Amino acid sequence: MVNERAIIKNLNFYYGETQVLQNISLPIFKNKVTAMIGPSGCGKTTLLRCFNRMHDLYPGNRYEGEIILLPENQNILHKNVDPIELRMRISMVFQKPNPFPKSIYENVAYGLRIRGVKKRSFLDDQVEEALKNAALWDEVKDRLSDLAFQLSGGQQQRLCIARALAVDPDIVLFDEPTSALDPIATQKIEELIQVLKERYTVIIVTHNMQQAARVSDYTAFFYLGELVEFETTNILFTNPKVKKTEDYITGRFG
Amino acid sequence: MIPLKRRKAYDAIFVWLSGLVLFFSLLTLFSLMMSLLIQGVPRLNVAFFVSFPSRFAEQAGILSAWVGTLTVMSVTAVVAVPVGILAGLYLEEYASKNFLTSIIEINISNLAGVPSIVYGLMALGIFVYQMHLGQSILTAGLTLGLLVLPIIIVTTREALRTIPTTMREAAYALGATRWQVMRDHTIPYSMGGILTGVIIALSRAIGETAPLITIGALTFIAFLPSSIMDPFTVLPIQMFNWVSRPQEEFHQNAAAAGIVLIGLTLTMNALAIYMRYQFRKRIKW
Repeated sequence: MVNERAIIKNLNFYYGETQVLQNISLPIFKNKVTAMIGPSGCGKTTLLRCFNRMHDLYPGNRYEGEIILLPENQNILHKNVDPIELRMRISMVFQKPNPFPKSIYENVAYGLRIRGVKKRSFLDDQVEEALKNAALWDEVKDRLSDLAFQLSGGQQQRLCIARALAVDPDIVLFDEPTSALDPIATQKIEELIQVLKERYTVIIVTHNMQQAARVSDYTAFFYLGELVEFETTNILFTNPKVKKTEDYITGRFG
Repeated sequence: MIPLKRRKAYDAIFVWLSGLVLFFSLLTLFSLMMSLLIQGVPRLNVAFFVSFPSRFAEQAGILSAWVGTLTVMSVTAVVAVPVGILAGLYLEEYASKNFLTSIIEINISNLAGVPSIVYGLMALGIFVYQMHLGQSILTAGLTLGLLVLPIIIVTTREALRTIPTTMREAAYALGATRWQVMRDHTIPYSMGGILTGVIIALSRAIGETAPLITIGALTFIAFLPSSIMDPFTVLPIQMFNWVSRPQEEFHQNAAAAGIVLIGLTLTMNALAIYMRYQFRKRIKW
């Protein structure tokens, strides 16, 4: 039985006068990995950043339509929804590893610290659990006070994942999380995403079709701001219904 | 096609030309320093630092001048540093980008280029005549504070701008408020740059003479100030006074005071470089 965790309904998005997303409607299933693929500029990252309202940080951005979280039945794009409160429930991992210039421990603990958690034992437990969930604990457990920059790129990205998990989110957004990493580090992250979906709902934007095929349960293909096709990953990659999708996944453009 | 030989020749000419220019600028600087040192070093002794000015050159010292410089600079720092940093933070982090803020922005950059004597005239009008603060340390500190305020604002904003967007977004994405992002990230990460700006601003203020003459700094002060409402003198004004006297002995005093002033400025700049290094050591993007 698959449950919907969120439904995107007739979503339009504008950067100033430019419309970047055209009438997108899409379900996001609970405890599944949904991949968003498409060529550069197709709006996949823009759509991802609607989920935690990152666009609110910059002037001139405008949403139309709805993203409804279920079972809360809450439209997160509504003006009355506080983006800060929303970001406490929906975490994000960015394209390039972006740890803070702080210790490994403080990086993971930061999300809890800004919520006012001070109890050391609780922080310790949460940091350890998050690092374990991000498959990084064994590599860093003896050097938690080291600066995050001393880690390798792949480790830094897993640290960013741990940072995103420490606050126990409902949904985790990944914005091309491996595009700056080598193949081995990429593989580790992909394996990690597979495990994460047991606890979280995952949405991943990727320009790498093989990655989408490997990690996701559902795939949405975007082109020029429109949703071209949404299917289970299996069907989309083996038997796409739309010609455009087929052209893209077979490498005829993009 | 230009032969490779000729292209390489252009290359060599440019290297020589820039080397030559550099050499002559350094030479000028070096000769100035040397003449200052040769003239002034013999006068640098403890008595010079602890004596008041005197009409006898060999008895004259810079006590009231360096105490004046320190007190005036303290007032300047207390006024300009918090105001400048907060203004920079506000403009960069909070202010929305609209017509009004761009007007303000342009004007702040312009203010940084206004000749310092104009600040002196304005201070004379406002602080001395309107607010009746007198020709005091307070007036001088406020005047220099106004003078360096734009420098602090501009460098603060530049320091803030060096922080990558990804760093702010990482914090926002975890649910941080604007204040938390500033407190935990933007301010600490830009601290090195901000402090550098502050020190550069203060080392500019320390050498300013014209606006202080305008507001009526005295050149002969034979007592130490007991409050910030007292009259004052500062090192560059003391220097100016000595230089304008005909006797050679006073010129030596001026040179010695110049060495102290340059020493102060260089120390502050060294401090700025050291602090920038300390803060940036732990940060790389």
